[in-house]
This record gives sequence, structure tokens and C-alpha cells, in this order.
Amino acid sequence: MHSATIWIVIILTGLGTFLLRLSFINLYGKIKMHTLLKKSLRFIPPAVFAALVLPALLYNSDSVINISLHNYRLLAGIIAAFLAWKLKNVLLTTFVGLGALWVFQWIMQLFFIK
Amino acid sequence: MQLLNNDFKEGAKEVVPILVGIIPFGMISGIAAINAGFSKMTALFMSVFLFAGSAQLAIVQLINNNSAVLIIVSTALIINMRFVMYSASLAPHFQHTSQKLKMLLAYLLTDQAYALSVSRFVNDNKINHAQYYMGNAVLLWLTWQLSTIMGIYLGAGIPKEWGLDFAIPLTFLVLLVNAIDDSSTATAAFVGGIIAVIGHPLPYNLGLIIAAIVGVTSGLLFELWKNR
Repeated sequence: MHSATIWIVIILTGLGTFLLRLSFINLYGKIKMHTLLKKSLRFIPPAVFAALVLPALLYNSDSVINISLHNYRLLAGIIAAFLAWKLKNVLLTTFVGLGALWVFQWIMQLFFIK
Repeated sequence: MQLLNNDFKEGAKEVVPILVGIIPFGMISGIAAINAGFSKMTALFMSVFLFAGSAQLAIVQLINNNSAVLIIVSTALIINMRFVMYSASLAPHFQHTSQKLKMLLAYLLTDQAYALSVSRFVNDNKINHAQYYMGNAVLLWLTWQLSTIMGIYLGAGIPKEWGLDFAIPLTFLVLLVNAIDDSSTATAAFVGGIIAVIGHPLPYNLGLIIAAIVGVTSGLLFELWKNR
């Protein structure tokens, strides 16, 4: 992507994010949040994070789902998911997940590609 | 406002244990941006202008996937919708501050500053709320920027073959696990994830927005059905 486009993305997102942060701090007492909106806000993180994670693990190329032992990202992701759930630690989960990915790639190269 | 009074210092002191968890997150976001082809300047600008880790990582991942500008911005803003919730919850505590200070407080709003301040405000009316919050927020800001800069310089030295872009989904995985705390949030995650996988081949990464909307709606409907 062109560098100017990246700057446009950052500026638009930054301005929007600032308005979201300022919203009620600035308009306290003047507007009220709809109950349904209030209730739905807490479902955004689980829905969006799952939508970002699952395709990244299941698709190796852009168009084909890969559920097999050759999908190292999926295998490493399953190990990392278990760790994330048990330890809730970003650093450790990332290190172990990356490590698992490297180990799987190395094993496959060692045994299958020669 | 007089800075560095005792309430500010107390806020700064109490945020320290949380800072440790911010450092790897900031470093990953710096490394990931450089790996995605951002210049150092652009990566730093994003970190300062956005100051929102999950949105920054989402932007990098979506730029890696060649998504459309509109999809990238919408996804990042949907992720940041949670700030509206925090803003509403903190608003009564900040209503007596000046307009200028309100803008600064808003810019510095993060998950961590919100969580720490709000749990303190509920049972303590003696401290100056804006001061205490600033103590949290300023240290979080400094730590975030410094660790991102470390990541930016580290990222420049790491070859692409190491697959460090995989750190982004791994980070989201931890955030995902933390976001699931009952059957309703699990429903939102499950449906959002499945729809995103099915919709992934759609152009511009449109599947992501559809997944977010359907996932959130499913969570909400499940909760309403559970409490019927």
C-alpha cells in the first residue's frame, strides 16, 4: 500500500478515535446512550477479535481454507490459544506461539521437503 | 491544573505494575508496523496519533491483506467503539474540568487508565479524579510510545522470513480470550469468527465488517434470550 494511503488511514482513524473518546466526557448530561447500544458495546471486542484471529489462522493463501497438519499457523495458534486461556499473558503467548510456528516449519523441512 | 500533586503521583504509582504488560504489546505493534513496510516515521506517527494498540495492530494486519481504506478505518473504529463506553462511565468524574483538559483526558483514554481509575473512583471521593487519572494515563502514554519506538528499531533489524507478522493474530488471541467472560460474549466470538472465515474471500476484506456486525448482534440476541 502506498505510504500516502497509510497516512490517510491513520489520520481518519485517529480523528474518529478521538471523537469516540471525547464523546461523553464532553457531552455529559446533554445526551443519553440508548440502552440497546449500551448493551451491545461489550460484544464488540469478542466479535471483532475472533473475526481478526480465525481467518489469519485458517487461511494460508487468500482463498483456500487449510485445515491440515501442513497449516503450521493453525497448529501454533491452537497451542497459543490454550496458553492464552491458561495464562492470559501477551508476551508468553506470543513467544510460545512464534516458537511453535518455527519448530513446526523446521520439522517439516527436515522430514518432508528433501 | 497544577500537575504533579499528590493525587497525580498516586495515580502514577499505582499504574506501574500494569506498565510491564504494556511493553511487549507496544514492541509488537512497532515491529509489526515496520514488517508491514511502514517507514519509521509513519509507524511513530501512528503510535502517537492513534495511541490505541488493538486498532494499530488491526490496521497493520489489514494493510498486510491489502484491504480497502474504508474497511480498515471502519474496523479500527469498531474496535475503538469501546471508548464510548469508557467515556460515558468516566464523564461524571471529569465534568468540572476545563474544555482543554477534557480534550487531553480524552486523548489519553485507554483500557488500562479506564479500568484503574474507575475502580478507584467508585470508593474514593477525596482524591482529585482528573489528577489521579492523569497520573495513570501519562505513564501509560510514555511507556506505550517508548516501547513502540523500541519495536520500530528492533523491527528494522528482523528479517521477514521469521514470520513475525504472526505475532499480530497471537496478540489478538490473548485479547480474545480476555474478552470472553460468559456465554453471551462466547456466542459473539463464535459467530463473529465463523462469519469472518466464511466471508474472508469477499473483496476489500468486507467479510470482517459483516462478521463484526453479525457477531455483536448474535451476542446481544443470545443475552436477551437468556434473560427473557
